[in-house]
Amino acid sequence: MTLTVTDLRVSYRTLGGEVKALDGVSFGVRDGEILGLAGESGCGKTTLGKSLIRLDGRMRHVGGTVELDGRELPIADDRRMNAFRFHEVSLVPQYAMSALNPTRRIGRMVAELLKSRGVRLDRDKLERRLDLVGLPREVLDRYPLELSGGMKQRMVMVVSTLLDPSLLVADEITSALDVSTQKAVARALLGFRDSGFVKSMLFITHDLALTSHIADTIMVMYAGRLTEKAPADVMVKAPRHPYTRMLINSLPEVGVRHAERPLSGIAGSPPSLLDPPPGCRFRDRCPLADEGCAEDPPVTETEPDHFVACWKA
Amino acid sequence: MLRLDNVTKVFRTGTFGGRTVTAVGGVSFDVRPGEVVSLIGESGSGKSTIGRMILGLTPVTSGSITMDGAPVRPGKDYYRAVQGVFQDPFSCYNPVFKADRVFALVKEGYFPRVPAAEWERRVEAAVRDVRLNPGEVLGKYPHQLSGGQLQRMLIARALLLDLKLLVADEITSMLDASTRIDVLNLLAELKTRGLGVLYVTHDLSLGTYLAERTVVLRGGAVVEMGPTDLVFGDPRHPYTRALLAAVPRLNAPWEDPAPVTSCLCHESGSAGGDGRAAAGRMAEAGPGHLVACARLADCPPA
Amino acid sequence: MTTTPLTEGRAGTRVVRREALHFAVRNGKLVTGLGLVLVLLLTGLLGPLVLGVAAPNEYVAAPMLPPSAEHWFGTTTFGQDVFTQFVYGLRTTFAAGALGGGIAAVIAMVVGFTAGYRGGLVDEALNMLTNVVLVIPTLAVLLIINAYLGIRSVAVQALFIGLTSWPWAARAIRAQTFSLRGRDFVDLARLSGLSTPRIIAREIAPNMSSYLFMTFILLFGGSVLIASSLDFIGLGPTEGVSLGLMLQNATQWSALQLGLWWWFVPPGLAITAIVGALYVANVGLDEVFNPKLRIT
Repeated sequence: MTLTVTDLRVSYRTLGGEVKALDGVSFGVRDGEILGLAGESGCGKTTLGKSLIRLDGRMRHVGGTVELDGRELPIADDRRMNAFRFHEVSLVPQYAMSALNPTRRIGRMVAELLKSRGVRLDRDKLERRLDLVGLPREVLDRYPLELSGGMKQRMVMVVSTLLDPSLLVADEITSALDVSTQKAVARALLGFRDSGFVKSMLFITHDLALTSHIADTIMVMYAGRLTEKAPADVMVKAPRHPYTRMLINSLPEVGVRHAERPLSGIAGSPPSLLDPPPGCRFRDRCPLADEGCAEDPPVTETEPDHFVACWKA
Repeated sequence: MLRLDNVTKVFRTGTFGGRTVTAVGGVSFDVRPGEVVSLIGESGSGKSTIGRMILGLTPVTSGSITMDGAPVRPGKDYYRAVQGVFQDPFSCYNPVFKADRVFALVKEGYFPRVPAAEWERRVEAAVRDVRLNPGEVLGKYPHQLSGGQLQRMLIARALLLDLKLLVADEITSMLDASTRIDVLNLLAELKTRGLGVLYVTHDLSLGTYLAERTVVLRGGAVVEMGPTDLVFGDPRHPYTRALLAAVPRLNAPWEDPAPVTSCLCHESGSAGGDGRAAAGRMAEAGPGHLVACARLADCPPA
Repeated sequence: MTTTPLTEGRAGTRVVRREALHFAVRNGKLVTGLGLVLVLLLTGLLGPLVLGVAAPNEYVAAPMLPPSAEHWFGTTTFGQDVFTQFVYGLRTTFAAGALGGGIAAVIAMVVGFTAGYRGGLVDEALNMLTNVVLVIPTLAVLLIINAYLGIRSVAVQALFIGLTSWPWAARAIRAQTFSLRGRDFVDLARLSGLSTPRIIAREIAPNMSSYLFMTFILLFGGSVLIASSLDFIGLGPTEGVSLGLMLQNATQWSALQLGLWWWFVPPGLAITAIVGALYVANVGLDEVFNPKLRIT
C-alpha cells in the first residue's frame, strides 16, 4: 500500500459552526494504482485531496491518520508537511492557469521553484518529460500566457511530478478543458503512472465516465462519507449502492435520447454537514431506505475489493 | 420561427478598437416552434456569442436574425417572447436581494396592473410547472437555494411571459449529475407546449439527449448541422468525428476517430457541383444534414 | 405568503441593512471614529447657537489671554475669542469637506458608472479624462487657480476641490461596475426590459452601496485636508473663519514664538481628529461590510 487513510475526519470552521466535510473516511491506494475519487459537489472529495497536501486556514484535522509508504503524514502540521510536499505528495490543481506565475518564463519559473525546495533542475529529465506529454521543448522559453489551457495543465503536471512523488493528487484537472484536450491530459496522466514517475494517484473528478477511463479503482463519496469503492469496471457495470446506481443511471450517454428513454435524476439534496442526521446520509433520497437505515451502515467488503456502505446492498 | 442568416460578430479589442477578432463568421440556422436545437462547440467556438446575439445582449456585426420574419429589435416586446437562462445560477441572482426578485422584475416590467394576489397565483403556478414546491423556494435568498432550484426558478420566470423561444446557455454545466438531468427533462417538456429551445452546450451527450437538431460549431463557423441522429449517427466532418470520439463513455473505451477520406464538396469532381447546398460552403449529406467543406483552403468561394 | 414578491424584495434589502447595522454598532473602530466626528460636528453646528451672536472675528477681550473659564481657549493677539473662532471654523471645515467630497463623489459616480457600464469607446474616453485629471498635481493647480481667481467663499473653494479630487474614486467605481456588469443578473435585468439607468441604480449600485459610502468618507476626509492646506498657506476664503485660516493667522502673528499654544493647538488637533477619525471609521466600515474581515 502506498497510501493508507484511516478514519480521517476534517472539518471547516464557518460562522455557523463546524462543517464536517470529511466524517470518518478509510481507504487504501496500492502501488501503481490510480484511484478515481468521484462524487457530487459537497461530498468531501476536494477536502480529502486537500487534506493530503495542505489544510487551508479554515480546515481543521479532527481525527484519523494518513500513512504514506509506511510513514505517517503530519497533515495537521503545516511546517512538518513541507518536507513531504512536492517530494512525496504532489498536487495538480484545477486551475493550472493560476498556478503559473504570469511574469516569469516557464523554464525560469521551474528552476526557481526547484531551488526553493533545495533541488537542482535536471534539464534533460525535464525535457524528456515534456516530450512524454507532447509539449514542445520551446515552452520553457515562453510565458504562461502563450500556452493554451491544456498545455498549461500538462506543464503543471510535469512540474509537480518532477521529483517522482509517491502520490499525485489531481483535483478536477480536466473540468475546465475541452473534451479533446481532456483526452490528451488524461492520457498523459496514465503515461506518468506507467513510466513510474508517480507511484500512485488520486484522480478527483465529478465526471464518472472520465474516471472510468483513467482509474483502476473508483471510490464514490456522498456527504463526507465513503459510499462505494470498487474496481472501475465493476463500479460502472455492477454498482451495489443505491446512490451509485441512481447516479450512473442519471448520466446521459451519447445516443440516449429523451424522447426514447428519459432518464431521471435523484430528487432532494444531500443533508447539511453542519449537523448531519444520524444513520445513512443518503436515507432521505433513497428509495430503498427503511427504519434500519437510521443506524450508520458500516463499510463492508461484499466481494474482494468491492466496498459498500449500505444495509441494502 | 427564429432564423439566423449569415450572422457575423466581430469584436474590437485593443486601445480604441485597434484590433478585431471574428468570434462568429457567417452562421445560418433556424429554430422551429416545439423543437430543441442544440448548439454544440468547445470554448472559443462562438456558441455563447450566438446565444447572446439572439437575446440582443450583444449587437450583430453583419447578417440578420429574424423572429417570425421580423428583424430582432431587443426591447420589451421582443423579450416577452424570447428569454434566456444562463450558465451560473448564482450569478443570475442579485446577491443582496431575495431570489423572488427575478419574478418581481417581470411583474414590474410587463404586468404592472395585475393585482398582487393574482400575480402570486401565477408565480406559484409557474414554480409548480418547473417541479418546485413554492413553499420551499419562495421568500428565500439565492444562497439558501441549490443550483438546480435556482435554474428552475429562472425557467419559471421565463414561463410567466408569453414565451416562444428559450435560449439556454450551458444551463446545466454547474449542476450536479443527479440534478441536471431533471433540468434537461424540463427543457424537453417545454417543447410539448410549442416552445422552441436553443440549448447551447459543450457537452455532446447532453446535446444529443435533448435535441431534434444539432448545430456543431468550431471557431465561429458551422462545421456540421442537421437532425441529431444524422449528425452524430453518421458524422461526416473530421471535427465532428474527433469530438464524438473524445467524449468519455461509461461502457466503451476511448477510440480514435475514423479518418475522413473524401470531402463532400469535392466528391462530385468540381467544387460547386451538384452536392452543394445553398448555405455557403456547405454540402448536403442527407436530408437537412449539412456539412462544411473539410478542405476549405482549396475550396473556391460559393 | 401574504406579501407580494415586490415587497419581499424590499424586505430583502432591509434584512441586509439590518445585518450591517448589527455588526456596525458592535464595531469599536466605527463607533469611535464616527462618534468623534459626530461630537466635532455637533460642536460646530450647535456651538454658534449656544454662544450667541458674537461674530468669530470680533474683538471681545484683552489680547493674548490664556484659557480660562471666561474664554475656554483663550484669546488671540488681537483679543478675539479662540473658542468662538474654533466652533465657527469647525462649521466651515465640515462644510468644505461635505461639499467638496459630495461634488467629487457625484462626478466620480457619474464617470465611474458610465465608463464601467458602457465600456468600449465611452470607457476609453472617460478613462483618458480620468487619467489626465489624476496625473495633474492637484494641489499645485489649486494654488494657481486660487491665487489667480482669489477665492472668496467656502462654496467656490469646495467646488474646485471637488472638481479635482474625483479621479481615483471614479477609477475605483468603474472597476467595481465593470466586474458587476459581467454578472448574469445584469443581463437578466436587461431581459426583463429594464433601462440602463434603472439597471445601474437598482441592480449594480445596491451591490456596492458600502463601497460608495466608504468612497464618500474618504473623499470627505481628503477635502477637509486640502481645504485646510489651502487656508493655511493663505489661499482660503477671505471671509469668515476656518480651522485652516486659524492656523494661518496663528503662524502669521507668531503665536508659536509668543507661546500662544491655545491659538494653534485646538484647530490643528481638530483637523487631525476629523481626518484620522474618518479613516478609522472607514477601516471599521470595511470590517462591517466585508464578512471576511468580521471578527466574530
